Amino acid sequence: MASAPKEPVQFSGAGPLNAPISGVLTWVDQRFPLMSLWRDHLSQYYAPKNFNFWYFFGSLAMLVLVIQIVTGIFLVMHYKPSAAEAFASVEYIMRDVPAGWFIRYMHSTGASAFFIVIYLHMFRGLMYGSYRQPRELIWIFGMLIYLCLMAEAFFGYLLPWGQMSFWGAQVIINLFDALPLIGPDLSTWIRGDFVISDATLNRFFAFHVIAIPLVLLGLVAAHIMALHEVGSNNPDGVEIKQHKDAKGIPLDGIPFHPYYTVKDIVGVVVFLFLFFGVVFFMPEMGGYFLEFNNFIPADALKTPPHIAPVWYFTPYYSILRAITEDFMLVLAIGVAAYSLLIWLTARNQLVKMAALAIGFVVIVLMKGGPLAIEAKVWGVAMMGAATLIFFLLPWLDRSPVKSIRYKGPRFKAALTIFVIVFLVLGYYGTQTVTPAGTVISQIGTLIYFSFFLLMPWYSAMDKTKPVPDRVTM
Amino acid sequence: MVKNMNLKKLIAVILFAPSLVFAAGDHIKLDKAPIDLKDEASLQRGARHFVNYCLNCHNASFMRFNRLRDIGLTDQQIIDNLVFTGVKVGDLMKVAMDPKDSKAWFGAAPPELSLIARSRASEAGSGADWLYSYLRSFYRDAERPTGWNNTVFPNVGMPHVLWELQGEQVMAERKVQGPGFEKTEQVLKLDKPGKMSPVEYDQMVADLVNYLVFMAEPARSSRTTIGIFVLFALSLLFILAYALKKEYWKDVH
Repeated sequence: MASAPKEPVQFSGAGPLNAPISGVLTWVDQRFPLMSLWRDHLSQYYAPKNFNFWYFFGSLAMLVLVIQIVTGIFLVMHYKPSAAEAFASVEYIMRDVPAGWFIRYMHSTGASAFFIVIYLHMFRGLMYGSYRQPRELIWIFGMLIYLCLMAEAFFGYLLPWGQMSFWGAQVIINLFDALPLIGPDLSTWIRGDFVISDATLNRFFAFHVIAIPLVLLGLVAAHIMALHEVGSNNPDGVEIKQHKDAKGIPLDGIPFHPYYTVKDIVGVVVFLFLFFGVVFFMPEMGGYFLEFNNFIPADALKTPPHIAPVWYFTPYYSILRAITEDFMLVLAIGVAAYSLLIWLTARNQLVKMAALAIGFVVIVLMKGGPLAIEAKVWGVAMMGAATLIFFLLPWLDRSPVKSIRYKGPRFKAALTIFVIVFLVLGYYGTQTVTPAGTVISQIGTLIYFSFFLLMPWYSAMDKTKPVPDRVTM
Repeated sequence: MVKNMNLKKLIAVILFAPSLVFAAGDHIKLDKAPIDLKDEASLQRGARHFVNYCLNCHNASFMRFNRLRDIGLTDQQIIDNLVFTGVKVGDLMKVAMDPKDSKAWFGAAPPELSLIARSRASEAGSGADWLYSYLRSFYRDAERPTGWNNTVFPNVGMPHVLWELQGEQVMAERKVQGPGFEKTEQVLKLDKPGKMSPVEYDQMVADLVNYLVFMAEPARSSRTTIGIFVLFALSLLFILAYALKKEYWKDVH
């Protein structure tokens, strides 16, 4: 935050009310940096004037966060975090609490809306290179927010205590069982019991309503502070701070308030139209936002025939299921090829040797007979890696330009294919396992990781266009 | 003359009623349930069928009797016509049957029905479609302990509670013209008619399913009504918000 020198508050109007308001503001300002916060983050935060459609989703994510917190508070007033009462208390909210169904549907729709908005926000970052220097920390804070959001959604999904809540949590916690040595003890420790039970529900409730939201709010503050420190990127990927007028205001910048506040209000209204369209007319969203099986109370003795996570986890779930014993050879060959690629292209001798050594160890752990770790564990590792690999983007992208507008055909093709593969993996994650589905998921997994791991090469080789000096409207 | 009546009914079944044709391995095709949550008379008839036929074994333990005010009944009407067990009008719809007994009698405790119209939804159709098809697909099967089987829910534990009304269906074979050659399909046929004609029975099941849909989400009707107002208000707000944005942005070039 650039700390502007404190000036007395100026009011242009001379109405009878202005004097007392000005007096109060001065009183507050001498004790708390109210007006300087207002200036730094809103009235004198200069944002590029060429934001397009894709720049709505940051403020919309904040809106959804507020919706989730407020509706969450009201739900907690009536919800009972106990295995014996949880399901009935949700139905009590749906039937007996005045407007309870409205609060609950806002919260359940908000969960999916959060992911839609965040995925579009991340896609914006990918398109316009918002993760590039000097915004690496904004990207990292954002990715931490995304991980928190996934944890928040996972913990929250157990709370209605329906069949899918129970068995979804069962599948995910059992993943830890696969880890060598500590696996079974670790999963018992997470559950607090040998099966998912009241103890599990209680701790998930604690994480969902207090632990994760606290971290989430802190990270959101850090994300915005980092953004306002370096300034926003824009669809042209040019730095507006390089051209300032005599007063030090960027020539292509406009004050966030009122320009982007009034613009974001339009985005908010359109978003709420779609959001309430779902809340009032299709809260189940065909079984994607509220799964049909979750209207049956959790039953530890009845495994549903088809357990699928909620849609926003399905790309990663597909990657988890794609890693089969047969697929390990392909993965090992992939690792060998990648080590070789680094060895051939790296200039630093140390990097060359490290690539070969790490590649060798990984291949042995994948396919090295008695030393090999089972495919299930690799599935968990690959699923984790698929989410964590986003963190590396600022250092993987070697293109001389930031925005897709000036990047070449290679990056454009790679990003298009990546988005398609993400959607295809998402689709197959909702389906039962079929041989064809597994093969498609395996190909998808390879492409998913190639998009990131090969980026240093294809982004550097790309034919880029000259970047303009100033933003274009 | 009696024989003639039976023949007519049989033809009616084949023409109008569930053409629940299935072959091994095929997915069950569900009939579209004629649901109308605005039809209070149908919902009230459905509620009566529900307490008469379902609520003896099945719980609806998230539903209160007095919520039936939403379908146009008064507390007094509910007590006089629909509450048989002496519970209060604000009580939940619970049955006295011990789950252990029902498990011993039917092999499984009868499922809770408050949400059955939502939980039975699938890719094949809505929960209402499933229920509407299921309740019309019982047939005589001597190999089952209850003597009944069902094409939508094979080897179901529940006997055909509504058999007196529908009559007895049996599995029959029917020749149909396939692509190039004739195929044999298995199809349900009304063997002994019940108290109702097939059309009357379908209407009765439709009322019952209509009620089950209402009971699964009593707020559904008000939800869509309020939703129209909300979306209308947001449309107006959009015009204002867009005009405000235009006004502020006219000096940005």
